[in-house]
Amino acid sequence: MSALAISPARLAGLLRKEFLQIVRDPSSILIALVMPIVLLLLNGYGISLDAKDVPFGVVDENRTVESAGLYQSFANSPYFKPRLYLDSQSAEAALLRRDIDGYVVLRGDFSRRLAGARDPVQLAVVVNGVDANNARIVTGYAEGAISVWAAGRLAERGTRLRQVINVENRYWFNPELRSANFIVPGLIALIMTMIGALLTALVVAREWERGTMEAIMVSPATMTEILLGKLAAYFVLGMASLAVSVGLGIFLFQVPFRGSFGALILISAVFLVLSLAMGLLISTIARNQFVAAQLAFLTTFLPTMILSGLLFDIESMPHWVQAVTRVIAARYYVSSLQTLFLAGTVWPVLLPSLGALVIFAAVFLGAALRRTRRSLE
Amino acid sequence: MWRRIRALIVKELLALWKDRKTRYVLIAPPVIQMILFANAATYEVTGVALGVWNEDRAHIATELLHRFEDSPAFHRIATFDNPDAAAAAIAGETVKAVLHIGPTFSADVLAGRPATLQLLLDGRRSNTALIVEDYAQQIVDQFSRERLAAAGITGGIDIENRAWFNPNFESKWFILPGLTVILTTVASLLITALSVARERELGTFEQLLVTPLRPMEILLGKTAPGLIVGFIEANVIAAIAVYGYGVPFIGQILLFHVAIAIFVLSAIGIGLVISSIAKTQQQSILGVFLFLSPAIILSGFATPIANMPRWSQLLTYIDPIRYMLVVSRGVFLQDISWSLAWDQLAAMAAIATVTLSYATWLFRRKLQ
Repeated sequence: MSALAISPARLAGLLRKEFLQIVRDPSSILIALVMPIVLLLLNGYGISLDAKDVPFGVVDENRTVESAGLYQSFANSPYFKPRLYLDSQSAEAALLRRDIDGYVVLRGDFSRRLAGARDPVQLAVVVNGVDANNARIVTGYAEGAISVWAAGRLAERGTRLRQVINVENRYWFNPELRSANFIVPGLIALIMTMIGALLTALVVAREWERGTMEAIMVSPATMTEILLGKLAAYFVLGMASLAVSVGLGIFLFQVPFRGSFGALILISAVFLVLSLAMGLLISTIARNQFVAAQLAFLTTFLPTMILSGLLFDIESMPHWVQAVTRVIAARYYVSSLQTLFLAGTVWPVLLPSLGALVIFAAVFLGAALRRTRRSLE
Repeated sequence: MWRRIRALIVKELLALWKDRKTRYVLIAPPVIQMILFANAATYEVTGVALGVWNEDRAHIATELLHRFEDSPAFHRIATFDNPDAAAAAIAGETVKAVLHIGPTFSADVLAGRPATLQLLLDGRRSNTALIVEDYAQQIVDQFSRERLAAAGITGGIDIENRAWFNPNFESKWFILPGLTVILTTVASLLITALSVARERELGTFEQLLVTPLRPMEILLGKTAPGLIVGFIEANVIAAIAVYGYGVPFIGQILLFHVAIAIFVLSAIGIGLVISSIAKTQQQSILGVFLFLSPAIILSGFATPIANMPRWSQLLTYIDPIRYMLVVSRGVFLQDISWSLAWDQLAAMAAIATVTLSYATWLFRRKLQ
């Protein structure tokens, strides 16, 4: 019996079996169609790094027109919802209770120093640093609000040299800097990983666990046919959830799609085959569902979440972690999706990624086949 | 009765421990996640690949460019002389940002006219773009202020920033106390959710039912491994964070332990509910995943709850992880007092009571 001989009739039979299995256990359909929707809705709306209406204290020990003006500058900023405190102790207590994210202190001699001193007036901005990222953003916004106020004040007094240099920022591909435009393409990569690797790993591990794998093996079907049948069935399921996710991304989240669908389908198909192969490999190694689930999380879900550039910037990671990301297949898929959605079909970005994905797919497919065959002997 | 429960607990722990692969996945994933997360999960941006398109040869432009080159945030890697080359470099992801200095820049600055710089950013990664923009603004502001001071303009403002509890804005200090909670949740939830489902799938659950054990005793026995493993895991990970990564732990360890115990109970309650509803392990794992991913996203682990839309902010109130994160970050970084932690503890206790009672009810009903 040659492992490479493929009989269309047997393959059709296996495919029918796989589809029946999918239809009869609703959890597979749930993973393939409901999970993308849940994940996209939650992450698309839930993840936002843009702070707005930050509760921020203004400690006004000065009580003059000048200090009221600075308070107003915070009130006018879209980023802040200022609260007035008359002494630093009460602002400090509010910071500890997490009622406010930070505060600025205007001392009693604020306006006097402002009027007289040659040296710049010192202002203290205190933020709650527990959430380091948020703290940094809030600090930047507070400096901005204070600068706006200071510039306005200088302008009123007729100083000609207001601000020497303006920076004009232009954001390409995402002019309004919508978080969703950046997160949704990454999420689609996450969903494809889950469908491909987690679902396949679980399904095949269950067959091993229940002993039904051996039952199929003693049938006339060859190993190649068995694996092809599984791959084909879950490939169809995966492409269906790609369609659902991309549809949701474009129509619900209004993420622009500037690339070509042909390129999207090509790259996604390669990535899906790769994920399926990883799933097969995991299931053959694990042989039980608990271990398979953990392994799938560890080798596919987490790297996609952390090391693919989905959320965190790869270039900012330490060099050894950057080197690790080169062998994370999702990295190439995330970058391709972000480019396809926001920039267009930019082949200089897409081609190297596609090449890397093809190589990974070949390696994992080969390893999965070898490993499954060997486990027979 | 206690002897029977103890025997069951020993059996459960043995079932977890005796399988080499299960043992491995209980220990290795948390350790690997710890190392990866601690190093990779950072919102800090350093060494941004910067391209420069400078049309101004005067010294002020050069001086400003030096400021960018000296900053650790930027790394100048390309120079362009036309907009098309700059555009291609951004589209092809060779550079993250291009600084464009127009031909009249130096002349404008010298004449006291407002001068304009252009920063072109790759918006595909909107968060990075925002941070890069902030860095550029700081460099330019500093440059402006120094020029103003040199020109003798007074009435300027000097802002002194202080970040409490985390003076250097260390991402690790924020991520690791949170990660301690997340990894503990995953371990205790998965162990609990799969224990009943696996026995049911393999048919050993019926065997358990015909033993002298009463349903309540079985339930208690199924609760214990999650609690024990979760508690140990929380302590081990916290220790790694403190001794391996130098995160301070300045609060009371007793408060941390009490909070972890209550929190793990609430997670176990959820695990038991999933376990009682699911018919197979696959459904259990799916249930765990369907609970965990929104629970983690809505907990405030990675992004602040305050930035979420109103409806999802309301959802966060039924998420036990939300409360445990406050306590964990509180005891690590700010020596939170019992009275400040009280609300969080009470909320977690309420969630634990509800989920455990519901699980008991489901479990009893299933048996009848």
